[in-house]
Amino acid sequence: MSRSSTSARRAPFLLAAAALAVVGLVCLPLVYLVVRVVDGGAGAWSVLGRGRILELVGNTVLLTGLVTGAALVLGVPLAWLVVRTDLPARRFWAVAAALPLVIPSYVAALALLAAFGPRGFLQQVLEEPFGVERVPEIYGLPGAVLALTISTYPYVYLLAAAALRDLDPALEEASRSLGRSRAETFRRVTLPVLRPSLGAGALLVALYTLSDFGAVSLMQYSSLTRAIFVQYRSLFDRTPAAALSLVLVLLTAIVLVLEHYARGRVRYHRRSPGTVRPPQRLRLGRWRWPAFALCAAVVGFALALPLAVIGYWLERAVSLERGLGDVWGPALNSILASSLAAGAAVAAALPVAILAVRYRAGWTRALERLSYSSNALPGIVIALSLVFFAANYASFAYQTLALLVFAYVVRFLPQAVAASHSALLRVDPRVEEAARGLGKSPRRAFATVTAPLVAPGLLAGAALVFLSTMKELPATLLLAPIGFETLATEVWTATTVAAYSRAALPALLLVLFSAPFVYLLTVRRGPEVDAPG
Amino acid sequence: MTPTMIRLERVSKRFGAVLAVDEASLEIGRGEFVALLGPSGCGKTTLLRLIAGFEAPDAGTVRLGEDLVAGGAWVPPERRHVGMVFQDYALFPHLTVARNVGYGLPRSGRAVRVAEALDLVGLSRLGDRYPHELSGGQQQRVALARALAPEPAVVLLDEPWSNIDPVLRSSMREELASILRATGVTVLLVTHEQEEAFSLADRVALMRDGAVVQTGAPEEIYYGPATRWAAEFVGAANVLPGRLSEGLVETLVGRFPAPNGDEPGDVEVLVRPELLELAVDPEGEGEVVCREFRGHDVFYRVRLGDGTTVCSQRPSNESIPLGARVALRPHAGRVALFH
Repeated sequence: MSRSSTSARRAPFLLAAAALAVVGLVCLPLVYLVVRVVDGGAGAWSVLGRGRILELVGNTVLLTGLVTGAALVLGVPLAWLVVRTDLPARRFWAVAAALPLVIPSYVAALALLAAFGPRGFLQQVLEEPFGVERVPEIYGLPGAVLALTISTYPYVYLLAAAALRDLDPALEEASRSLGRSRAETFRRVTLPVLRPSLGAGALLVALYTLSDFGAVSLMQYSSLTRAIFVQYRSLFDRTPAAALSLVLVLLTAIVLVLEHYARGRVRYHRRSPGTVRPPQRLRLGRWRWPAFALCAAVVGFALALPLAVIGYWLERAVSLERGLGDVWGPALNSILASSLAAGAAVAAALPVAILAVRYRAGWTRALERLSYSSNALPGIVIALSLVFFAANYASFAYQTLALLVFAYVVRFLPQAVAASHSALLRVDPRVEEAARGLGKSPRRAFATVTAPLVAPGLLAGAALVFLSTMKELPATLLLAPIGFETLATEVWTATTVAAYSRAALPALLLVLFSAPFVYLLTVRRGPEVDAPG
Repeated sequence: MTPTMIRLERVSKRFGAVLAVDEASLEIGRGEFVALLGPSGCGKTTLLRLIAGFEAPDAGTVRLGEDLVAGGAWVPPERRHVGMVFQDYALFPHLTVARNVGYGLPRSGRAVRVAEALDLVGLSRLGDRYPHELSGGQQQRVALARALAPEPAVVLLDEPWSNIDPVLRSSMREELASILRATGVTVLLVTHEQEEAFSLADRVALMRDGAVVQTGAPEEIYYGPATRWAAEFVGAANVLPGRLSEGLVETLVGRFPAPNGDEPGDVEVLVRPELLELAVDPEGEGEVVCREFRGHDVFYRVRLGDGTTVCSQRPSNESIPLGARVALRPHAGRVALFH
C-alpha cells in the first residue's frame, strides 16, 4: 500500500509547527502595531491633527502617483523601442536600460544632491568662473521624484519588454486585417494586452515608492515614511509614529486591492504551443537617431550620471586627502548582517514552501500567502513595531544584532519563500519515488536527488535576500546596535551632512554589490520563466 | 469562368537566406473555395500573408479583384478587406466575444451585424464571454465570425484545425465549410493535410519549394498528379516502370490505356493502391509479404517475381492471409505517366 497522492498526504507535525511559527512571527509586527495604536486611543491621532495627517497622505499619494507615472512614461517606450523597432544598438540598450536597478534610491538621491544640490558638482563648476552660488532647488518633490524614478523605471521596462516579446504578433495582424491602422492597433490591441504587465510593473513601482525612506528623507520631502521617522526621533510619545505607520500600511493595502480589481476577469496569458512567429520590427526611418538619443538620455541620466558623480567625489576625496572614512568596518558589518539574514530567511522560508508545494491543501496555501503579507509592510513600519515591542516586552533584545536580523527576515521573507517555492517545484516527486524504487531510503533519496536539485534555487533566494539586506536602510537605522554602521547607514549619514566625498566609496560598494542582484532579476529569470513546466 | 478575385503573378519573397516564395502564381475565382496544399516549410503560409498584406513581396504582383495591392503599388492590410482566420485564432484576450466580432465594424449598425455574425456561427448566447472561457472549437467559430462580420470578399484560413483534437476535427471541418459556403465568400485555405484539402476545396493548389506546382480539382490532383513528387505527396502511390506504345502502357502489373498524345518510350506509371485488386491464386505472380488491417480497409504489400513490391488497398470484407500467392488485377481506371 503506497501513499501515491502527494496532495492527500498529511503534513508532518514538526513541519507544520515550524511553518506556523514562522508565519506567526512574521505577522507579529503588524499585529503589534494595531494593538499599540488601539491602546494609544484617540490621543495618538489628536497629537498629529487631522490636517497634518491628510497633508502627509496627500504628499505620499502625489509622490507615488508621479513616480509611477514617470516610470510608465519612461519604461514603456524604452521597451517598445528595444523589442519592436530597428533601434540602433538595440541589444546594448536592452541590457543598459535595466541597469539603473543597481542604484538604490538613496544612492540615486545622493548622486542627484552631489551633482545638483548646494555645494554639489554643478555649483562648484559654475562658482569659480561665474560666481554662481545658488543652483535651482533640488530638495523636495522634484528631487524625490527624480531619484525614485531612476531606481524604479527598470521594473516597468523589464516587465513591458517581456510582455512585448511574448505578445502574439497575430493579434496585431488580426486587427490590421479587420481594417484598423497601425496606430489604432497599438491603442486598441497592443496596449490593452500589455495592461496586466504594466499594472504589475506599476504596482512594484508604487510599493517601492510607498515604502521608500532613503530618497524622500535625503530630499527632505514630507511623505509618510519620513514623517514616521521624524516623529519617532523627536517625541517621547511614540504612539503617533505608530498611528502614521498604520496609515501607511492602509495606503499600501489600498494600492494592492486597486491593482487586484483593475486586473478583473480578463486573463491574458495564452502562449500557444509551438513557435510563435517573431514580431516584425518597425522601421524607424528618420526617427532612428532621435530614438537612439532618447535611450542615451534616459540611461545616461539614470546610470551614467550617478556613477560619474560618485566617481567625481571619490576622486576628490582621494586627491584632496579628505579621508574616505572607515569603509571596511561598515562593509564587514553589512556582509555579516546580510549573511545572517539570508541564511535565516531561507531557513524560515523552507518549511512554509515545502508545506505549500508538497502538501497542497487550502490551509497550507493560505499560510504561504500570509507569509507574503510583509510585502505590504514598509521597512520602517516593521522596524518601528519591533522597537516598540522590544522596548516594552523584550528589552534584552533591544538594539541587538538578533533583532535587526529578525527585522530583515520579516521584511524579505517573501523573496525567500518565492525562491524556495520555485526551487521545490523543479523537483518532480516522481523523481524521488524513482530513487526510492531503486532502493534508496527516504533520507538517501533526499540527499542524493532532492537536495542537489533544490540547492541552486535556494542559493539564488539567499543571494536575493543578501543583496536586498545590503541595501536596506530604515530598519537598519532604527534597529542597529549602537555603533553598528553599515554601508547603507554610512551613505545616509554622510549625505545628510553633504559630506559627499565620504559617501562616495560606500555608495560605490553598494552599487557593485547590487550588480549580481540585477543579474538574478533579469538574466537568470528569463530562461526560468520560459522553461517548459 | 467567374471573374478573378485573387491573382498572384510570379510573386517572390525572401527572408534572409531563405527564398520562402519563389515566383509563385495563382488565380482564384470569385466565390471559389481553394486549398493551398503543401508540406510544412513550402511557403504556403507566407503566400497567404502576402495576400493579406502582412508581408510585402520582393518581386511579382498581388491583385485583389481589379485592384493592384502589392508590387508597384502598396495597399496596407487594413484597406484590403481580407478576412483572416489565424492558426491560433488570435482572439483579442481583453475583449468579450461580441466585442471581438464587432472590432472591425463601423459604429453604426455594429450591434445588429455582431448578432448576425454570432448567429451564423451558432454562438449567439456566448457574446459576453471572454475568449479564455471558451473551448477551442468555440474560439475558432468566434475567429470566423470576426473575420466574416465586415463582409470581406475574401477569407484566408491558416491551418485552422491544427490545434483541434483529431477526434473532433472532421465534424468541425464540415461545420466550418458549410458556414463559409453559405456566405458565398471566396476562401483560400492553407493546409498540409491532403485529406483536409480534398474534402473541402473546389480546387487544390499544390505548393512545393515556394512555387505553386499544380492546380486542379481534388480528383485531378489525386489521379493526375503532374510529377512523381505530387503523386506521392497526396496519397499512397505505386510508381512502376512501364513502356508506352500505341496508346497503351505496359507494366509489371498489367496494361493500361495511356492518355492521348504521349510520346512512345520508357515511362513511370502511377497506380493508386485501391486500383490494384488482388485475387488468391496459387499460380499468381505475387506473394503477400505484409498485411495491415485498418478497419475499413486492409493494406497489403505484395512482392512480385522480380523482387518489386507494390501496395494494394482493399475493402476489409475480402481478407487475404499473409503469405498467400495472389494474382494482380489492375482496375481499368485513370493512370498518370511521368517521363
